This record gives sequence, C-alpha cells and structure tokens, in this order.
Amino acid sequence: MRDARGHIRRLPGLRLWLSGGWLTFLVLAAVFAPLISPHDPLAQDLFAGRLPPFFEQGADPAYLLGTDSLGRDVLSRMLYGARLALIVALVAGTLTCLIGATLGLIAGYYRGWADLVISRFIDIWMAFPPVLFAILLIAVLGTGLMSVIIAIVVIDWTRFARVVRAEAMGQGAMDYVASAQVAGRTRFGTALTEILPNVLPTIVALLTLEMGIAVIVEAILSFVNLSISTDQPTWGGMIAEGRTSIYQAWWVLVFPLFALFLTVLSFSQLGEGLKDHFDPVLR
Amino acid sequence: MSFLSIQDLTVQLKNGMPLLRQVSLDVAPGEVRALVGESGAGKSMIGKAVLGILPKAARLTGGKILLDGEDLQTLPQKARRQRIGARAALIPQDPLTALNPSRRVGPQITDRLVDILGWKRPDAEKRALELLEEVHIQSPDRVMKAYPHELSGGMRQRILIASAFAAEPKLIIADEPTTALDVTVQKQILKLIREMQQRHGTALLFVTHDLGVVSKIAQSLSVLYAGKVIEETTVENFFASPSHAYSRALLAATPKYTDPEGSLTQVPESVIAAVEAEVAAFDDQVKAGSRP
Ligand SMILES: Nc1ncnc2c1ncn2[C@@H]1O[C@H](COP(=O)(O)OP(=O)(O)OP(=O)(O)O)[C@@H](O)[C@H]1O
Ligand SMILES: [Mg+2]
Repeated sequence: MRDARGHIRRLPGLRLWLSGGWLTFLVLAAVFAPLISPHDPLAQDLFAGRLPPFFEQGADPAYLLGTDSLGRDVLSRMLYGARLALIVALVAGTLTCLIGATLGLIAGYYRGWADLVISRFIDIWMAFPPVLFAILLIAVLGTGLMSVIIAIVVIDWTRFARVVRAEAMGQGAMDYVASAQVAGRTRFGTALTEILPNVLPTIVALLTLEMGIAVIVEAILSFVNLSISTDQPTWGGMIAEGRTSIYQAWWVLVFPLFALFLTVLSFSQLGEGLKDHFDPVLR
Repeated sequence: MSFLSIQDLTVQLKNGMPLLRQVSLDVAPGEVRALVGESGAGKSMIGKAVLGILPKAARLTGGKILLDGEDLQTLPQKARRQRIGARAALIPQDPLTALNPSRRVGPQITDRLVDILGWKRPDAEKRALELLEEVHIQSPDRVMKAYPHELSGGMRQRILIASAFAAEPKLIIADEPTTALDVTVQKQILKLIREMQQRHGTALLFVTHDLGVVSKIAQSLSVLYAGKVIEETTVENFFASPSHAYSRALLAATPKYTDPEGSLTQVPESVIAAVEAEVAAFDDQVKAGSRP
C-alpha cells in the first residue's frame, strides 16, 4: 500500500518540472525575443530561401533552424510567434476562467433562477460547433489580437461554467457549508471560504488546460488566415505557409508544429500536476 | 420557560408532500431532549428547520419556532441568521463532511468566534486552543494547523464539538453525532458531549435512533414517526411504561446485553399498520380542515 502510494506521488512532481520547465523557457524566449532573435523575423532575403536547419547538408550557421521560402529566419519567427501564443494563452485563458468560473459558481451555489438562465445558456452554447463559431465570430469582429481573444472567451466560458457549477453544487450540500451558515456567515461569505477553496484545484487545472486550448485556437485561426494580421509571425501562420512547401522545406512546418505540440501538452500537464499539488487530500 | 419551543411545525416539500406534521416539542435551558425515530422520520428535518438550513426542496408552511421566546419566522432573514448563530449550534452526524477539507482546522473554529461574537483573530485563536484542550485533544496547537484528512474520525468529532460550544450557544442540536464512529469511540464522544453540556449548561436536542444512548444522556424524549410526534414524555416514564404501541415495539426491538435475542425482533407489521393509519387519519383531518 505504502509503496504504491509513494510511487504514484512521485509522478506529478516530474510532470510539474518538465511542463513548467518548457513553459518557463518559452516565457523567457518570448519576453527576450527582440534581444535573442538572430534576425528580423520579417526580413526577407530571397537569396537565402529554404536554407535547411543546422544539422542538414548545406545549412548556413547564421540560420540555426533554417529559412522559409521567402528567406525569413525560422527561429526568429518562432520566438516572435511565442509572444503572440503566450499573450493569447494568458489573456484569453484568464478571462475565460474568470467569466466561466464566476457564472458556474453562481449557478451551482445560488441555484434558483440564476442557475436556470445560466444552464440554459450553456446548453445552447454547447450546441454550436466551436471552430465554426470562432470563424463566424472573427468574420463579424474582424481579424486582430483582440478579436481572437474575444472569440476564445465567448466560445469557451462554458467549459468552466459547466464543471464549476457541478462541483459547487456538490460542495453546497456539504455539512460544513450548513455549519458556516448556522454561524451566521452570509451566502457570499460562505461561497468564498467554503466553496471556492474546494473548487480551486479544478479551476486551476481547467485554466492551464484552457491556455493550451487558446494556443491551439489561435493557431487554427492563423492557419485559416483569420488571426492576427499576416505580417506578424504566428505559429499557426508558419504552419500554414510551411504546408505549401512541405516537400522542399519540411522544417518550416515541423519546428513550429513541434513547439505548438510541446506547449499545449505542457499546459495540460501543468494543470494536472497543479491540481494534485493544490488538493490537500492528495498532497 | 423553555429555551427552544417548537409549536405545530409543518414542513412540506414543494409538491405539498408533508415531511413534518404539526410537530411540537420543547427543550428547557440545560435540558437534554432526545429525538428518536426510524430513518426518514424527519429527525434531521426538525434540526434543520430550527437552524434555518432547510433544503431548497422543503418549505416551512406552518407553526412557530421560538428561540429564547422569540419567534424566528417573524424576523427578517439577516436578523434571523444572527439570532440563530448567537444562540444555537450544530454537532453534525458525519465528521467526514462536516469539516472543510481544503482548510486547516484552526480557522474553521475561529471563524465562528469572529462571525458570531465579532472577536479579533488572535483572541479567537487563544480561545480555540482552550476549547481543544477542553475536549481532551493533545497538542492542540498542532491540530489547529492540521488539515481534516490528517485526523481520525473521533478526533474530528471532538473538533466539531469544540467548535459547536465555541460561541457559548444556549442550544445545541446534535444530529446522530456518534453514528459514523466505531463503538469504543462512540462511548467517549457521548461522554464528552454530556460532560460539555453539563459544564456549559447548554440545552441539547439529541437526535438518535439508538434508545440505549437515550437512557444515558437525555431527560426527556420525543418519538417521531413519519414527521409526526407520536409520544412525548420523560425518559423515566418512557422506559418504565411507554404509552404508544409503536414506542413499546421500538423499545422491545432495542438490543439489550442481557437479552441478545431481543436485538433481532423487529417492530411488528400490525404496529406499523396502526401508526400508518394514525398518520393517514391525521392527514385527512388536516385536509378536511378540522385541524388548522
Ligand atoms: N433535500 C431533500 N429533498 C427532498 N426530500 C428530502 C430531502 N431531505 C430529506 N428529505 C426527506 O425528508 C424526510 C425526512 O428526512 P430526515 O433527513 O429528516 O430523516 P431522519 O429522521 O433524519 O433520518 P435518518 O435517521 O436517516 O437521518 C425523508 O423522507 C427524506 O426522504
Ligand atoms: Mg438524519
């Protein structure tokens, strides 16, 4: 028994370290992109088009991860792309979380007509296919960073609302909530001290997951050319451009795709790890 | 005069189904009244009605609850909460779900002193330590910093008892406080509750379905069946000569150490049928309007 438990407990630690490590690296890279980028991410050099990465024949050491068909440095574009990916992840993830979790908490804890209205909205919302919904929204709002963020928030708040509502409902039936109310604590006070701390591990896990999803959605929108304006490098944009020259220059597609994959994976693993870390019973 | 006086309390589900049928009972200051009845009889519902924590599906549709002579139903919501908080507290059945798993024990006790009495945190902490000592917890300062899951069930129940008595309420409602514990711990907890109740002179409404426990702790008792009080008497009278047939059957079905065979007898069908008929007749009277 003891051994088995000890074994399970070691895993989240490793998970936290690996995912946290990659995300920290990414944040540093994004913040210091102007300092560490070897080239201007937008500078074209038609004489240096489709240069392969350093480990292939015919590479130019000045372009570590090669260049795309217009001769732009892949590494520099990825570093600047990380900025946008992280901004979208942080801002869209946090806003989605705040709005969704608040609505979920209200619905699950206060119940009554608020729950009726919010639950109905969730049902209707979930009936829309999310990617089409996003494309539709961008078409209405116009492209740009703000539009991408708004689209993500508008589409994904239900993810938080649904889960937090269910958890808050379960918590609301607990004896300690009743005891707090007998002691004269207000409904709002009870929600803050008794419900929220118990729902928090789930919210944190969902938040990091949502950040990963935000990165993907941004990439998808860039891929279909609906995201931020075309002259700002994004991972999704790079993947879209790389797709057209996959046989001549696979690196233009594969490196940003790999960064995207690692980032989304790290966000979801970080969430799971943090959830265990926050949960007093599992800790 | 009694500290808690419940008069003709009726609680119904939203669809009109009665859960409590004109329940009346009194608890005098310092008195221990047991509330017995089978599972689903509505024992917990009485406690919840008094404490103002009825489930959403249930509604108080008639009768009065007087706490220290004051009719709670006439008070506005906020004042009612304050009155109840200052005068009454709950020792719940399940020590597992009665403490918040994500908060340390200390703040969960001190919260009450801050909420109810408006104390400052440091004072409340000092008092909480004293209370934990009073319920015989060793190294209370360590327990204050512990999370509930780090403590045993008996320990948690002691903490809940300490926190129920924290703000010196005049009434405590204990809802089967020993059912979730194993037998040896049950005895200790029962002894502790009686000891605390006597020292603090608290009125106690003790919910249980164990008549053996009743004889050890209570002075008076009410027997509940299907949300209706069918007998209301002193413990002495009850054990000497219960007046209602259902009470007699209940007493006969209680295990005795001297008569292990007795523990296997059940309340006979005929007695159940009779008491069901009584409840049905009562409902008809209410419908016909010959009762309010
Ligand atoms: N939230 C609820 N919604 C609807 N009905 C409920 C609810 N809670 C309790 N009831 C019903 O009210 C009745 C009385 O329940 P109560 O919990 O008071 O029983 P009890 O006497 O405390 O039983 P036990 O010994 O099992 O605790 C039961 O028939 C139960 O089904
Ligand atoms: Mg009960």
